Amino acid sequence: MRFDPALIIHHLPSILSGLSVTILTWLIGTIGAVLVGFVIASSRRFGPRPLGMALGAIVEVIRGTPFLIQLFLLYFGGPYIGLFLDPLPAGLLGLTVYGSAYFSEIFRGGFEAVPVGHIEAAECVGLNRFQIVKRILLPEMSMLVLPSAVNMAILLIKETAVLSIITVPELTMIVSAIGSEYYAFVESLFLLALFYWALVELCGFLGRKAEEKLSHFRLSAS
Amino acid sequence: MNSWKLWMLLVQGAGLTVAISLLSIVIGLAIGAFISAGMLSSKQMFAVPSRLFVSFFRGVPLLVQLLLIYNLLPVIGINVSSVIAAITGLSLCTAAYQAENLRGGFMSVPKGLIEAAEMAGLNATQQFRRIRLPIAFRLTLPAIINEAIMILKASSLVSVVGVVELTRMTQDLSASTYRPLELFAMAGVIYFIINWGLSFVGSYTENAIRWGRP
Repeated sequence: MRFDPALIIHHLPSILSGLSVTILTWLIGTIGAVLVGFVIASSRRFGPRPLGMALGAIVEVIRGTPFLIQLFLLYFGGPYIGLFLDPLPAGLLGLTVYGSAYFSEIFRGGFEAVPVGHIEAAECVGLNRFQIVKRILLPEMSMLVLPSAVNMAILLIKETAVLSIITVPELTMIVSAIGSEYYAFVESLFLLALFYWALVELCGFLGRKAEEKLSHFRLSAS
Repeated sequence: MNSWKLWMLLVQGAGLTVAISLLSIVIGLAIGAFISAGMLSSKQMFAVPSRLFVSFFRGVPLLVQLLLIYNLLPVIGINVSSVIAAITGLSLCTAAYQAENLRGGFMSVPKGLIEAAEMAGLNATQQFRRIRLPIAFRLTLPAIINEAIMILKASSLVSVVGVVELTRMTQDLSASTYRPLELFAMAGVIYFIINWGLSFVGSYTENAIRWGRP
């Protein structure tokens, strides 16, 4: 095994660009997935029944198939139905679609976990439907779903590594390319692993802090 | 290539996917049980490494773990086929998740039951075998099945270390037939069906071990 720390310094610019692609795809993918997931969950809850059933089926299909297959379908199959995407947009779209299915389930669980009594109480004091959603349902739900949403966001960090397979120039792709160029695979992969580990632990830590901060909003009754 | 031949190749790939996943699930569960015992141990020399193991394998993308193991094994003098490397990687990763599941299960075994077992004169081994293990297993079964399904899906990643399972087979076939849309959709359907089978087995087992539940 040969490993030269100078290698890292020499390739620092490309490593940093890989890192920024990883973080950006993760952030954009997660935000997109949360938004789309929320729309799916709300449509299933408040929309017409056939729409809800169709969305439910789509969510099941996305949750029941590997992310890699979805990516390949989008990236290699897309051009056959007129969807020509570069690796990065394909990866972002794939990550958003994949994440949104899981986030929609988290939100659906959140909607269901808000106690019926609170909604009834809000109706009794004369709040209209919109006010109930805005003042009761959403605030209570966001507290309930926070831990699983943070968990899912952390899962998505790790999924960004899969994007390297469709040649998105993120960290895994850059670092393994450097590794194979200098025949220093194991060392560079170790560094990569350590880096992801640190990132995931950091996000987990921040998530727990956020939960603590927001915990005084949590209802003592539920 | 006629479509019958394509089908047979896809089914062959699916067979390897199922074999790799099932082996990894079983091995991972066994390792996970040991790790969870380590995490719950009061001795730091067991608890700290177990917690590090879980944190590492849950914190690093499976793809990176697989690449690492695949490239690391030959360097430290272990020459095994890519299938074995893949099973090793999947097993270690899923072991970390299963350890966390089982730890949760062991911690939620009601204290009263253990006290009752003590009162009835069961020794530590008997308590573990007859009370804590079955109850923890029953409590964590849904999570264990869930993780098994995750591993089945994650097994698609072993295609990158050259294992010709369902995903890699589909990739190869779509490169030679120029029909990626149909082939990847078909692969998705096959994964979905296998998953459905797994969750069926899961809910069947859950029902089968409902004894003594109110």
